[in-house]
Amino acid sequence: MIKITKELIDEHGINKDEYNFILQSLNREPTITELGIFSAMWSEHCSYKSSKTWLKKLPTSNDKVIQGPGENAGVIDLGNGDAAVFKMESHNHPSFIEPYQGAATGVGGIMRDVFTMGARPVALLNSIRFGDVKNSRTKHLLTGVVSGIGGYGNCMGVPTVGGEVEFNSCYNDNILVNAMCVGIAKINKIFYSKASGIGNSVVYVGSKTGRDGIHGATMASAEFDESSDEKRPTVQVGDPFAEKLLLEACLELMKEDIIIAIQDMGAAGLTSSAVEMASKGNVGIDLNLDNLPCRESFMTAYEMMLSESQERMLMIIEPEKEKEAKSVFDKWGLDFATIGVLTDTNRIIINHENEKKADIPLNILESGAPSYNRPYKIITNSEVDQSYLQNSDEEIINILKKLISSPNLCSRRWVWEQYDHMVMNDTVLRPGGDSAIIRIHETNKALAVCSDSTPRYCAADPIEGGKQVVAESWRNITSVGAKPIAITDCMNFGNPEKEEIMGQFAGVINGMIEACELLDYPVVSGNVSLYNETNGKGINPTPVIGGVGLLDNLDHFSTPSIKRENDNIIILGETKGHLCQSIYAYEIFGDIRGLPPKVDLLMEKKIGDTVRNLIKKIKIDTVHDISDGGLLIALTEMSIAGNIGFDLNISQNKLDNGYLFGEDQGRYIILVEDKNLSKTIEYIKKNKISHSIIGKSCGKKIKINKNSEVCIEEIRHLYENWFENYLKVN
Amino acid sequence: MEISVIVFPGSNCDRDIAVSLKKFSKKNPKMVWHKESSLPKSDLIVLPGGFSYGDYLRCGSMAANSPIMSEIIKNAESGAYIIGICNGFQILTETNLLPGTLIRNKELSFICKNLSLKVENSESNFTHKYSDKEIIQIPVAHNEGNYFADQKIIDNIEDKNLIAFRYCNQNGEVNDKTNPNGSKNNIAGIINEKGNILGMMPHPERATDKTAGLTDGEKFFISILESIQ
Repeated sequence: MIKITKELIDEHGINKDEYNFILQSLNREPTITELGIFSAMWSEHCSYKSSKTWLKKLPTSNDKVIQGPGENAGVIDLGNGDAAVFKMESHNHPSFIEPYQGAATGVGGIMRDVFTMGARPVALLNSIRFGDVKNSRTKHLLTGVVSGIGGYGNCMGVPTVGGEVEFNSCYNDNILVNAMCVGIAKINKIFYSKASGIGNSVVYVGSKTGRDGIHGATMASAEFDESSDEKRPTVQVGDPFAEKLLLEACLELMKEDIIIAIQDMGAAGLTSSAVEMASKGNVGIDLNLDNLPCRESFMTAYEMMLSESQERMLMIIEPEKEKEAKSVFDKWGLDFATIGVLTDTNRIIINHENEKKADIPLNILESGAPSYNRPYKIITNSEVDQSYLQNSDEEIINILKKLISSPNLCSRRWVWEQYDHMVMNDTVLRPGGDSAIIRIHETNKALAVCSDSTPRYCAADPIEGGKQVVAESWRNITSVGAKPIAITDCMNFGNPEKEEIMGQFAGVINGMIEACELLDYPVVSGNVSLYNETNGKGINPTPVIGGVGLLDNLDHFSTPSIKRENDNIIILGETKGHLCQSIYAYEIFGDIRGLPPKVDLLMEKKIGDTVRNLIKKIKIDTVHDISDGGLLIALTEMSIAGNIGFDLNISQNKLDNGYLFGEDQGRYIILVEDKNLSKTIEYIKKNKISHSIIGKSCGKKIKINKNSEVCIEEIRHLYENWFENYLKVN
Repeated sequence: MEISVIVFPGSNCDRDIAVSLKKFSKKNPKMVWHKESSLPKSDLIVLPGGFSYGDYLRCGSMAANSPIMSEIIKNAESGAYIIGICNGFQILTETNLLPGTLIRNKELSFICKNLSLKVENSESNFTHKYSDKEIIQIPVAHNEGNYFADQKIIDNIEDKNLIAFRYCNQNGEVNDKTNPNGSKNNIAGIINEKGNILGMMPHPERATDKTAGLTDGEKFFISILESIQ
């Protein structure tokens, strides 16, 4: 028997108070297996102990929400009996240690969360963030993560249709890999994780259990230091082929009425799935690990309970239906083993080799889990006079060239061409737009999906930043003509034990609450990743928002690419020329001071609703929101996509760098044919929206007030080739 | 007209090809599991894209040894039409139903994009609806699409006009710059000497639906379906 020493308790990340609570509740010393179970269940990653009190405040329902947070994924109603099931999750720490496998298993994990609910995954998105482009590890991490994401998603046959890539030195030693999956299910065929029926069998399906990933959840809940490379063995190894088989087997079995409850084995493996399923159902669970399919010999109960081997599921089924269920998994060549039974004890009891290895009342693990009201302090940048940012000696065209070929604004084509973004043949709008559009198979409806964050705004002003990330997501869904319905969030922050970091978290959540409520855009699922720090230095607060919207008729949608010459270019929303925290300020002046642009949520909603109606009623087909880089960057992106130029005619007293590159929020560019101009303007005026007609589409050049011009081809070259040039071997 | 689509563990374009086949034949193809040892009567057999057996060994090599394959070889000998797309093409070269092999892309990374193809042989059973040297847009999505064979084989397929499609640009130029994956002579798809088997890396089933963007694959399906009748 292993003696529980102070060192052992420390290694498991359990503090003194938590350990005393364990002693009191059990009325004895825990066994090593029990200590492992407590450690995993009470890790920040599984218990949300620092974030719980804040997450509870987020709006989580509207008339379309079928399932909010608390299940494997969120579920929304798409009408006609269809539902979308979606979630986003982080795989940051493993991806820094082993980029290919870390990213691949992140994608695999999020897909399991979706198909465990009975949905077929139809779209993947990824928000990935790396250190400074000059950092020696960035190229290695970038190429590893991108090929890992592709390696898994491509093999699964699920299109990767969107996401973001950001470079910032704050991620030098702590990259972010956030993966989102969206699936489609029938509303009357959604599967949940709540176990029920005393005497029912606990069934294990999927790949065998190995020693990989033991304590992954605990690792994901600690800061990094120089010895982090030694943690490589805790990174799981993905097998997308096994997951493809598991997906098909699960969906095949789900056609029958056999599965009572099901949950994937993700973070903290068998421990968290067994504990969570039994707790939700208010039942007990007895496991006999002698029957557990193992990949390696002589595995201990401790290792089996904490392994994070991938591509595994836990199901509850009636004993008499085991045979029928097993035949499906046999067909797909997957393990199927009955490893336990539901009881009325409300305890988790684990037996292995004729010995009781653990016996814990479930209420201690779940509701007894610690929850902290950590002290916090919301710190906001002080305001700076931005007038000096207006006065660059550079010509407008030179600034445009610099920005469009900067790492955070250039084309991401190199990334998404490595992802199969077309498989399943329902990708209507491919990566590179504001949102991707995915047709709901065999219908004329579609989903609009996007994932976004603006960490630099959140760092400068957490509350405004929190509003902005939600508004930006809502805007991207709106830009294609879809109705935004709900979001999933992936909250990446530093060490919550520091009050300024906890302040970032609290501030961002407060901002998000305001925006989610006003825009009727609730949070239905999500994930929190804290301790994104190395040697005491945290990342920028990075709340990534995965948005899902519904396009109820594929006959009316819009894209950013310019379609015709001689269309009128209209800018909607007020341009004040806010330059602080803009990409322009950083790239041209190296300035990261000051406050981000404000978000006026009431106006945001009014303008967005107007844009959506224009797309539907007047069939406006060319729309792009104005975000990073401002007006001129947005227009240039539209021009490159459509290979048609534009000629701007802006009144000279307005034309300055603030007008062209400022990042004021809540703005869209729409292109309108002459024949539709008067009714469009009339509708905009009726809704009292600030607007101006600033020019026309034409030719193959980008022209600003006659005195500045450049060929699209020249700009395209700069825009398209940054990644290839960056990654060339020197 | 009877069509079978073979489903291997890891196939992932089986549904897509079935949708396209149904669109033009007005009939659902039979989906045949790779472990079957007999094949329903089939005028056309399709091996779809995907990652059969995870492609953990050489692409297509495990699938080439599936129980159903001996039936497919028999059908091929008796003249049934066979199409292998992407992973299906890899399986056909592994079974020697088509010459050569598909190796890793020259840039060593997965490529998913629309590409221009030149229809090199517009008289085959699979391509007769295209005009001669027509330039069409069809997407690719592969990691191992680099067609390789020794010079003797290449000379033979060139001489006998067995190249169905070549990678090119929008102007039809065929050269190293318009070769996405390093394939010998920009080869994107080939036909066997008997003319009943075709393998290609690009995905014509992804170009049969205006809403999803491309339609140049339509003539491919119409060609083969007319050939059957």
